[in-house]
Amino acid sequence: MKISRIVALIIVLIAASFFLVPLYATFQFSLQMLRGQWSLQAYRSVFSDPQFLSTLSYSAVASLAAIVISTLIIVPTTYWVRLKMPRVKPFMEFITLLPLIIPPIVIVFGYLRLYGSDSMLPLTVSTAGTNVMLVIGYATLSLPYVFRSVDNGMQTLDIRTLTEAAEILGASRATIIFRVILPNLRAAIVSGAFLTFSISFGEFVFASLLNRPAFGPYLVQIGQDRAYEPAALAVLSFALTWACMVLMQIFANAKPGTSARRRPAALFPFARRKTA
Amino acid sequence: MTVANDILSPPTPGGSARSAPAGLPGAQVPRRANWAWLGLLPFAFFAALFLILPIVYLVTGAFQTPDGAFTFDNLIALTGSAIAASYMLSIKLSLVSALFGAVAGLLLSWALVLGGLPRWVRGAFVTFSGVASNFAGIPLAFAFIATLGRLGIVTVLMRDVFGFNLYGAGFNLFSFWGLALTYLYFQLPLMVLIITPALDGLKNEWREAAESLGASHAQYWRMVALPVLAPSILGCFLLLFANAFGTLATVYALTGSQFDVVPIMLFAQIRGNVLYNPNLGYALALGMILIAGFSNILYLVLRSRAERWRA
Repeated sequence: MKISRIVALIIVLIAASFFLVPLYATFQFSLQMLRGQWSLQAYRSVFSDPQFLSTLSYSAVASLAAIVISTLIIVPTTYWVRLKMPRVKPFMEFITLLPLIIPPIVIVFGYLRLYGSDSMLPLTVSTAGTNVMLVIGYATLSLPYVFRSVDNGMQTLDIRTLTEAAEILGASRATIIFRVILPNLRAAIVSGAFLTFSISFGEFVFASLLNRPAFGPYLVQIGQDRAYEPAALAVLSFALTWACMVLMQIFANAKPGTSARRRPAALFPFARRKTA
Repeated sequence: MTVANDILSPPTPGGSARSAPAGLPGAQVPRRANWAWLGLLPFAFFAALFLILPIVYLVTGAFQTPDGAFTFDNLIALTGSAIAASYMLSIKLSLVSALFGAVAGLLLSWALVLGGLPRWVRGAFVTFSGVASNFAGIPLAFAFIATLGRLGIVTVLMRDVFGFNLYGAGFNLFSFWGLALTYLYFQLPLMVLIITPALDGLKNEWREAAESLGASHAQYWRMVALPVLAPSILGCFLLLFANAFGTLATVYALTGSQFDVVPIMLFAQIRGNVLYNPNLGYALALGMILIAGFSNILYLVLRSRAERWRA
């Protein structure tokens, strides 16, 4: 028993150093821009580059737009499937997994060929169209994460009771989705959103092949031109990824709409029995 | 387009309210069922346009000549020396990185779950793994260049303090093994995240039953624990394989377009038609879909099999 504990300790120490050494080394490297002293010069250089802020905000806006689109597609559909057509759920699960199964470069390759100049929907020929294409691409990539977190969120929600309660009070279908279901899923949606954001803010393949001024292609450019700024950017990216994941965890563990869920169930205990 | 949009816009709010007066059950049920599928249209429309059709386009293109006639020539051309070498390299790199990731991840998960270490150690590793498995792509490449590049902190430290020249000893970050090591930084955490629940599923009763029947520690692992874990481990291995196979940004940031794995070759083909045949590009994409799709779907099948044990 004792030996297994020592072996476990050794494994954990090796793994910890494998994880932490590159992080520490990157941080130290980023401080060495000025010869013979520690300085934040590399960070100053990064922040003084106007392209840094413009590409980062471009990517942030594209990611946010993608999150909104996929939420608007996923939430009503998941709600509808759970309520009316539970048999379709495995099909939906499979479709939303596809962006994880098919490599992203294949998906964007398809976009470029399908929505090129001689297409019915020539999105990739104008700047605005290409921006839309990028947002759609990110929305597609986010489907697995948004669907998963929304579906998990709905699992803890008695949507049937909520729906019936709202209907008894005279709510229309749109009101139910936007004023009952959506607020109750707030935590789940935000959790999926942070995960999506952490994946798409530095995304390279879509942005590069669609030729957009996004953060990923900017990173590659800096990696080719500079020595110390890439390390600083890696530290910043890691911090941003970390922040997104921590926030995602917090929202994923938050009980979705606890108070709102309890109220209708307690007020209308008969609602379930009525149609059963 | 406009016709399709007119059909599409109402389903969630208006269209469904018309078709589903849910307050009145009973007589309305059959009619409601007829219209329920309308609610799927926005999702189905999006998925068809931006997920299914692009894939179908590439797959059919792989079986066509530039003039649109049916052919197997593109697929046969995949066996040509340059492309076949690229596939071999990709598969080898993915296999190696998946193997290392799976073994290291399994050992680490064992240490965390069954090693008798304090609870917080496990919490810390699982939280970190959640971050690290998403820390891929260009920043990861930068981190490894700063660590193990020619002027990286560890390389310099080894040279100055221990008098050991890493690059002189044959190591090169921008080579096969350098890439495999870099991949490990996101493969290992991914393995930890998905195999830890499987190790949790090993029931104490099984060990007790085995021991009371006279099994040794090694026998318990060989004849009970590992067979139960086998579908999970194999499934995770396939997931790691597919994960490595589709990796592009990390390779690109480390080696530019020097290191000719399949995604890099496809990237170059999309940018500049380096194969001089667009349909050969589609065949290249089809090969990626098949390899990544096969291993991912097998992973999903094995995962659902493994869940049998977690009642």
